Amino acid sequence: MAAVPIVDYLVLGDEPHLVAKQCTSCGARFFDRRNACASCSGTSFEDAVIATSGELKAFTIVAFAAPGVPVPFVAGVVDCDGTSVRGNVINTEPDADHVSLGMKVRLATYAVGTDDDGNEAIGFGFEPIEN
Amino acid sequence: MADDIFILGINMTKFGKHPDKDTIDLAAEAAMAALADGGVTMQDMGVLAAGNLMEAAAGIGQQLQKQIGQTGIPVYNVANACATGATALRTAIMAVKSGECEMGLAVGVEKLSGAGLLGGGGSAKSDKKVFEPKGRYGAVTSTDGRIGTNTMPGVFAQIGMEYGHKYGGTSFELFAKISEKNHAHSTLNPLAAYTKKMTLEEIMGDMMIAYPNTRPMCSANCDGAAAAVVVSGAKLKTLSLEQQRRAVKVSASVLTSDPWQESCQVLPDVNTLTKMAAKQAYEQAGVSPEDLDLVELHDCFATAELVHYDNLGLCEEGGAADFFNSGATWRDGKTPVNVSGGLESKGHPIAATGIANIWEVCHHLRGEAGDRQIEGAKVGLAHVIGLGSACGVHILEKSAA
Repeated sequence: MAAVPIVDYLVLGDEPHLVAKQCTSCGARFFDRRNACASCSGTSFEDAVIATSGELKAFTIVAFAAPGVPVPFVAGVVDCDGTSVRGNVINTEPDADHVSLGMKVRLATYAVGTDDDGNEAIGFGFEPIEN
Repeated sequence: MADDIFILGINMTKFGKHPDKDTIDLAAEAAMAALADGGVTMQDMGVLAAGNLMEAAAGIGQQLQKQIGQTGIPVYNVANACATGATALRTAIMAVKSGECEMGLAVGVEKLSGAGLLGGGGSAKSDKKVFEPKGRYGAVTSTDGRIGTNTMPGVFAQIGMEYGHKYGGTSFELFAKISEKNHAHSTLNPLAAYTKKMTLEEIMGDMMIAYPNTRPMCSANCDGAAAAVVVSGAKLKTLSLEQQRRAVKVSASVLTSDPWQESCQVLPDVNTLTKMAAKQAYEQAGVSPEDLDLVELHDCFATAELVHYDNLGLCEEGGAADFFNSGATWRDGKTPVNVSGGLESKGHPIAATGIANIWEVCHHLRGEAGDRQIEGAKVGLAHVIGLGSACGVHILEKSAA
């Protein structure tokens, strides 16, 4: 029985955070593997820790999704200190009164489910930072 | 100096539900009508470019040849997301421009009625019984809905919201007003899938798909085809005066893909490649945005139309909301946009769209648009974008003959 991250770029532990592959030449960041940098064609990458708080720079409230996907939910893009991160806005009501452009958010994790071996998948999202 | 290229004949089918026609029937209908419109036959064609996205591996071009004429000419089957039609047209244009042939046929066709939500990953996947990392992100379960959304309405909603965050001036109501305009325009287009005028209240009160896009603010999945015959300037001079008079000059034909941008890996960047395509097209054609008498742009969602006012240089940078609020993009405005009704009402049979918008512009430049004619139209622009991404921009001019 163990906790497993929903994706490999989520690092669990006392301070959960996201990690990207950063081009050592130009600093471009990617959440999946690349053979060469899409920005500068460099071929060397290193791990980079992504800031765990940021600003919501785009969002939508999805009311209609593929079967099995619970709705409504807030999908968005968070500017984490210069790195754009895709994720849901969680721990708040999914409506336009509670979610706004430019709102400050921070990374938060939650349990997604448990498999037959008792392993628990941990997901992540961004929750509002109370002013 | 390369020879000029002209549209000799062009046609679009009625967009909507065609349960009695298959993909080839629709493609053949548009192709035969485009050939007839140009006063030519398959015997005159030196190349065929055929676009279809949903059956991209089916060899739609060869199937079409069996339906309307097998002459042994090269066929290019193309697929480029929502830019598939524009890519087919550009393929035919490149063949003629290179001098390999004098005339070519481009066709785009799609059967999409009842396709439902696109991009949502299809059927539901139940959580795996054992969490094992899979795929490029090492995901242990489905991430759609957990880490953002893959649905097209949701992706394009964010694109509009991102613009609002950067420049301000946007609101649910503003985006709904764009849809109100396009639905109003559609009432004059007999080939549109939907021709019903809708009030702002009806649009905002309709079923929410992905805030701020309600159902009428989303492009309509439907069936349809469009086809165009392109000809070299030299060959056109040998044709009849009537053919020369109705021919429409392709002043610019541009296709771009998206260059790297910081956030494009996370949310598609539809802006940079559209700006690049527009800049190249204006340079090729020697025209500026102020010269455009009408624009057909890719309003796959109301939130998308707004950003493309800016991307195509129709307004100053950051000024898209003010530009729309000025009334400029209504059919009686300074720069009429989507007088066809746009994808939101005309419909969006994916691979047909990038030729159907050319047809709309040609129709006005030829003075044949009937009730919705933009009077005295001389120059028009057609734009499409397919996620991934690919952007096609064509600038068309009324024939001088």
